[in-house]
Amino acid sequence: MTEPVAPTLDVDGLVVRFGGVVALDGVTLRIEPGEVVGIIGPNGAGKTTLFNAICGFVRPDSGRINYRGEPLLGTAPHRLARLGIARTLQGLGLWPGLTVQENVVASSRVRPGLFSSLLALPSADRIEAELASKAHDILDRLGIGSYASAFPATLPYGVQKRVIIARALMAVPSLLLLDEPASGLSARDIDELAELIKQLRTRMSVAVVEHHLDFVMAISDRVTVLNLGRVIASGTPKEIQDNPQVATAYLGENVATPEASSDA
Amino acid sequence: MVAVHSRLDRLASRTLGGHLLLALGAAVLLLLLSTQIGAYDNYNLTAVAIFAVAAAGLNLLTGLNGQLSLGHGALMAIGAYTASLLLKDHELPVVLVLLLSVLSTGLIGIVFGYAAARLRGPYLAGATLTLAVALPQVATRYKSIFGGESGLTVPPTTPPAWLGPDFPPERWLAWIAVAAAVVTFVLLANLLRSSAGRAFRAVRDNEAAAALAGIDVARTQVLAFVISAACAGLAGALFAYWSGVTAPAGFGVTLSLQLVTAIVIGGLGSLAGAVWGSLVLVFVPSLTSGMASTLNVPSAIANNLPLAIYGGILVIAMLVAPHGIQGTLTRILTIGRARWGHTPAGGQKGVVDWDDPASDP
Ligand SMILES: Nc1ncnc2c1ncn2[C@@H]1O[C@H](COP(=O)(O)OP(=O)(O)O)[C@@H](O)[C@H]1O
Ligand SMILES: [Mg+2]
Repeated sequence: MTEPVAPTLDVDGLVVRFGGVVALDGVTLRIEPGEVVGIIGPNGAGKTTLFNAICGFVRPDSGRINYRGEPLLGTAPHRLARLGIARTLQGLGLWPGLTVQENVVASSRVRPGLFSSLLALPSADRIEAELASKAHDILDRLGIGSYASAFPATLPYGVQKRVIIARALMAVPSLLLLDEPASGLSARDIDELAELIKQLRTRMSVAVVEHHLDFVMAISDRVTVLNLGRVIASGTPKEIQDNPQVATAYLGENVATPEASSDA
Repeated sequence: MVAVHSRLDRLASRTLGGHLLLALGAAVLLLLLSTQIGAYDNYNLTAVAIFAVAAAGLNLLTGLNGQLSLGHGALMAIGAYTASLLLKDHELPVVLVLLLSVLSTGLIGIVFGYAAARLRGPYLAGATLTLAVALPQVATRYKSIFGGESGLTVPPTTPPAWLGPDFPPERWLAWIAVAAAVVTFVLLANLLRSSAGRAFRAVRDNEAAAALAGIDVARTQVLAFVISAACAGLAGALFAYWSGVTAPAGFGVTLSLQLVTAIVIGGLGSLAGAVWGSLVLVFVPSLTSGMASTLNVPSAIANNLPLAIYGGILVIAMLVAPHGIQGTLTRILTIGRARWGHTPAGGQKGVVDWDDPASDP
């Protein structure tokens, strides 16, 4: 009876070449509203490149990317936040010269205007105060409210990883792209992250690139496996775990070396 | 948590009030000071205010936005020549001359800013250095407009009648320069506390992350350049009044390098650092020339002594105080506060400076 809802993200036949290297070779990926999709694959499989293509950092040689039914290709990276797409970078990507609080506030889609900021008009102060309290709510919810005025480099790695999530959430995204959010985290932190992502799905779609397979299998509705730029399997976590092709191409190898070192 | 909350809210709602109060205090103090000192010291006070404006603008660009400019002396020249050309055939109110100089330098800054936003690191440094070298040549080349090597003379500002017939003109110029500096600092302080200030630093620290946070990197860099140029333009126009003549020799590469020295010594990225730096710029030469005359060294050495001493100070500053004067003061204050138990929640506030390369994860 109702119109079919357009998928949040619809990537079709995406090809990205770097000189002779084919980083993505006809990748297709669909993420429905409220869905959590895990993307796994060995290092160099093209996972980060897929995110880079979605975010406009690399220009695909061919293929199509639609976001909520609208073409996304050609959109400048800084316009994505306004469209409701937030992404965390592999590694950290925090701004070391901004406090935790500022890191989060700076990612808000709402900002006071330049002129009102210059003159410190009451309207600018009001918006700044609202942003500060919103940032605090997010930091509190992630259990790191007490670090608001600290600089990132002074904090444990696990806290910094949470700040990155806080920064992405400040933009109130419809689509959240997480590039290796669990790398370097303790087992307990990973469990908490899994819990958080399960809560987020009611409000947004999430795509997670990750090497920790237990984590991916626990949080994902569907899992896509990339190898050498190609999707070699896609399905529910159960289907992926039972897929012999995946086991040989990736899982077997990765189980042997669970701490696959992350590429920079 | 509640305490942090209320403190932040209180700070935010008092932005302008706080800055104005501080500015008013500084202005009153400096104006009182200017009535107690002689012509020569008023002359120096004016110079400090002028350099502080230029250094603050450069610090916004280089310290906070990460764009190294070795050509800010040339931007000051644009402000100075604008003022001098305006005053060539007309008697205009100082405020109007200053505003128009800010405007013209800001507009030219848009063009340079777009070029600068495409360049990074050494390429940007090279391009701005070229600007510093080339721009004074324009003045030499178009002699009929800019007066060639000998430049344009600038009529002094006369104190208004209500200050009485005996009011010294040096003091009046000091008042103008201090007022201009105070207004500039209030506006910059407002801006740096706001989202624009955060965007400047975010772009400096990580461009990709800034773009993903919805910050238009190129636009932010152009904006920083324009604001910085506008400050240089204001400083240049004041410089024209101060020196009485605007000539290419006054805006050579040395001036650009002096400004960079000022922000490095004073403290990269802080407004207070710009003030410390300009104090060093103004008082080191007079100190050294005093030294030179008491030591009776030949003039060839005496003339170059200030430059040698800047170099020495710069090296020492890098070694013992890599965060400049302001960074060192902040550190001492923070350590003091920590010792007396007034550490804010989180505990580490301010201990790690943004300009600390070691703090980069
Ligand atoms: N900017 C780039 N220039 C050249 N080659 C790149 C670039 N980015 C990625 N690649 C190459 O593309 C392939 C996929 O890399 P990447 O997407 O980072 O893999 P993953 O994130 O799955 O580990 C690798 O062979 C990598 O070397
Ligand atoms: Mg990767």
